[in-house]
Amino acid sequence: MKRFHVIFLVWLAAGMLMSITDFSTKEFNYPEKLSEYGFFEGSMKEQIPAADVVPYALNSPLFSDYAYKLRFLRIPKGQKTAYNPDSVLQFPVGTAIVKTFYYKNDERNDKKGRQLMETRVLLHEAKGWVALPYIWNKEQTEATLEVAGGSQLVAWRDQEGNKKSMEYFVPNMNQCKGCHEKSGKMTPIGPSVRQLNGDFEYQHNLNENQVSHLKNLGLLENLPEKSTEIPKIPAFNDPNASLDLRARGYLDINCAHCHNPAGPAKSSGLFLSWGNTNKSAYGFFKAPIAAGRGSGNLAYDIVPGKSHESILAYRMNSADPGIMMPELGRKLIHKEGVALINAWIQSMETK
Amino acid sequence: MKKSFLLIFLISSFAAFAQADFEKKLQTKLILAEDGTTIEIEAGTFFLTKSLSLEGKKNITLRGKGIDKTVLSFKNQTQGAEGIKITNCENIILEDMTTQDSKGDLIKTMQVKGMTFRRLKAEWSGKPKASNGSYGFYPVLCENVMIDSCIAIGASDAGIYVGQSKLIVVKNCTAFQNVAGIEIENSLFAEVFNNTAIGNTGGILVFDLPGLIQKKGGYVKVHHNIVKENNLSNFAPKGNIVGNVPKGTGMMILAASHVEIYENQILNHATMGVAVISYYMTGLKNKDKEYDPYPTDIQIHNNTFERKAGRVPMEGRFGQMYRIKLKFGTQVPHVIFDGILDEKKVGKDGNYLPEFAICVRENKGQSSAIIDAEHDFKNIISGPDALNCNPESIKSIQF
Repeated sequence: MKRFHVIFLVWLAAGMLMSITDFSTKEFNYPEKLSEYGFFEGSMKEQIPAADVVPYALNSPLFSDYAYKLRFLRIPKGQKTAYNPDSVLQFPVGTAIVKTFYYKNDERNDKKGRQLMETRVLLHEAKGWVALPYIWNKEQTEATLEVAGGSQLVAWRDQEGNKKSMEYFVPNMNQCKGCHEKSGKMTPIGPSVRQLNGDFEYQHNLNENQVSHLKNLGLLENLPEKSTEIPKIPAFNDPNASLDLRARGYLDINCAHCHNPAGPAKSSGLFLSWGNTNKSAYGFFKAPIAAGRGSGNLAYDIVPGKSHESILAYRMNSADPGIMMPELGRKLIHKEGVALINAWIQSMETK
Repeated sequence: MKKSFLLIFLISSFAAFAQADFEKKLQTKLILAEDGTTIEIEAGTFFLTKSLSLEGKKNITLRGKGIDKTVLSFKNQTQGAEGIKITNCENIILEDMTTQDSKGDLIKTMQVKGMTFRRLKAEWSGKPKASNGSYGFYPVLCENVMIDSCIAIGASDAGIYVGQSKLIVVKNCTAFQNVAGIEIENSLFAEVFNNTAIGNTGGILVFDLPGLIQKKGGYVKVHHNIVKENNLSNFAPKGNIVGNVPKGTGMMILAASHVEIYENQILNHATMGVAVISYYMTGLKNKDKEYDPYPTDIQIHNNTFERKAGRVPMEGRFGQMYRIKLKFGTQVPHVIFDGILDEKKVGKDGNYLPEFAICVRENKGQSSAIIDAEHDFKNIISGPDALNCNPESIKSIQF
C-alpha cells in the first residue's frame, strides 16, 4: 500500500512540474539532420566535401574557445558572386555556408582523433539568411538541429600536453543573430575577400590561393586585374606581418561583426571595423557608454601606450559573462589574442 | 524510512532536470513563437543558466503570474551578458514577473518598436555592490517605450535606464539601492512621472553623452515624482559615467536640453537637489565634434525642496569640489548650475537668451547657485533667486 503512495506522490510531483514546463514545440521546416543536406561524401565525421561543396579557411579566424573549424561553401549550380574589396561577399540566394567546430583530442598529435561538436549552417533564402545549429552525437555519425542550442563537455590536450576541459556551449538560433546581424538582418561574417586571400590545401600538398580557386571554379567574378590589388588580412599570429595589421585584423573578425555602425553593438559607438579611420570611434580616448562592470574602473577603451588602462584589453582578458568581450561565443580567454592587443596598445606613442 | 529518502531523491533529481528542461523549453518557445503569441510562465522560481532571448518577432507577450510569484533567477548564469534580451522586435509586452541576479544587465531590449515593461521587478539581491550587474531595465535604440509599475533594486549603474530611444514613458515605478534610480540618456521625448526614487546614489538623471548613434536627446518632462534621500555611496565601477554622480544627488541634468522638472518632492539630499551641468564637469575628453556639451532650456519650477542642514559628504570629484572650492558650509543650495555657457546662445547681457535659459522659480524651499566652474569657482552667485528668470520664459515643454 505504502509503495503505491510513494509512486503516486512521485507521479503527482512530476505532473505538477511538467505542467509548468509544458510548452509545445511547433514544427519547423528545416532539415532535422545535417546529413539531409548532402554537404559531405562518405562517412559524415570525415567531413569530406561533396563535389559541389568548396572548403575554405579564413586568414584570421574568430576565436571560439580554441575550437578548430572546418568551413564549406555551396553556391547553387550556375550561380556566382561578384568580387568586392570591402565587405563579406554577396552570395546568391540558395547559397549554404557550413562551419563545423571540433577539438583535437591531442593538439600535438592529429592521429589521436578529434571530437566534432556542432555544425552551423547558414542558408541564404529568398527572405534572407537563416542560421541553424546542428549538434553532433557522441558516435559522431550525425548532427541534429537544436534551435535552443545546448552544451556538452569536451576534453583535450593542448600543445604543451596540458589537460583541458570545458563545457562547450552551442548558441541558440536567436543568439546566432546576436553576432550575424547587420541593420537588423542576418548576415554572414567571415568570407570577405580580405579573409579569403590566402592559400588553402585543396589536395594533399597542393596549395592554391582561395580567391583564384573560386575564380577558376567560376564562382567569383569581376576580380581586379592585378592580384596585388586584392586586400588581405594577415593571420593574427603571422610573425612576418606588421603588429598594426595583425591587431586590426584580429579586432575586425573578433569584434567588428557587432561593433560597426549597423551591427548589434552600434549603441556603444565603438566601431572596430577594418576600414574605420575615425580614431575616436575606434576607441582612442573614447569613454564607455553602458559598459557597467565591463569598464573595470578604467576611463577609456584605448589609451595609447597603456594597455593596462585600456578597457578593450581588460574586457578581452576576462571570462566573466558580465565583463567579457565578445559577450557570446567564448568561455575561455584567448591568451594569444590578449597578448597581441596588449602589445599593439603598448607599441603606440603615449599621449 | 528508506522510501521517504528515495522519494526525496526522486523529487529533487526530477526538480533539477525540470529546471534545465524549463529553460530549454521556454527558450525554444521564444524562438518558434509565431507573431501574436502570448507565452505564460507559471508561478515558481526558475533558475536559468543562459540569457533568454527573443528576436525578430511582433506582438508577443511574455507574462508571469506576478512580481515575486514568477521568479526568473540568473544566479547560476554561466553564459550571456544579460538575463533577458529582446532585439529587433515590434510590440512586445513583458509583464508580471521578477528577474534576479544576472551577471550583466537584467532585461535589455534593443531596436524594439513598442516595448512595454509592466509590473516587473528587476533586482540584485543582497547588499548593493560593484559586482552587481549594470542595468535593471535597459531599453536602448527603442521607440515607444512604456515602463509602468516596475521595481528596480541594486543596479551598479542604473535601475531603470533608457538609452538612445524615442517616445518614452516611465511611470509608477520604484527604484532603490541603485547607483542611479532612473536615467534617461540621449533620448528624445520622455515623460517620467509618479515614480519613487529613494536611497539611490542619484535619484533621476537626464544625460546627453558624446560619441553615440543617437546624438542628441532632450524634451524630457520629469514631474510628480518622489525623490528622496538618495544618499547611498556610489558603488559603480569607475569609468562609467554614473561613477561621477556624487552620493546625495536628487536629480542631475548633464548636457541635456529642453528639460522640465516640476511638482516633484525632492527631499533630503546631502549634496544637491538638482544639478545642471555641462559635459566639461565630468573631466572627460570629448572628440565628438557634433556633440553639444551644454545643457540649455532647463525649467525647474513648482517643486518642493527640503534638506537638513549639514556639510556635503567628501566623496569623489564633486565632494571635493563642494568641500574645497564651493564651501557652502552646512546650508547648501538645492539647485546648482555650473555656469558654463554656450557662447552662441548668449545675449547682450551675458546671459542665455530666454529660449535657452536655465530657469529656477516658484519652488518651495528654493535656493540655487551658479558656481562659475569655468573660472575656478571665483564668482559664485548664490541665493534663493540666483537662477530666476522672466516668468514668460517658463513654458511647458511640448511634444
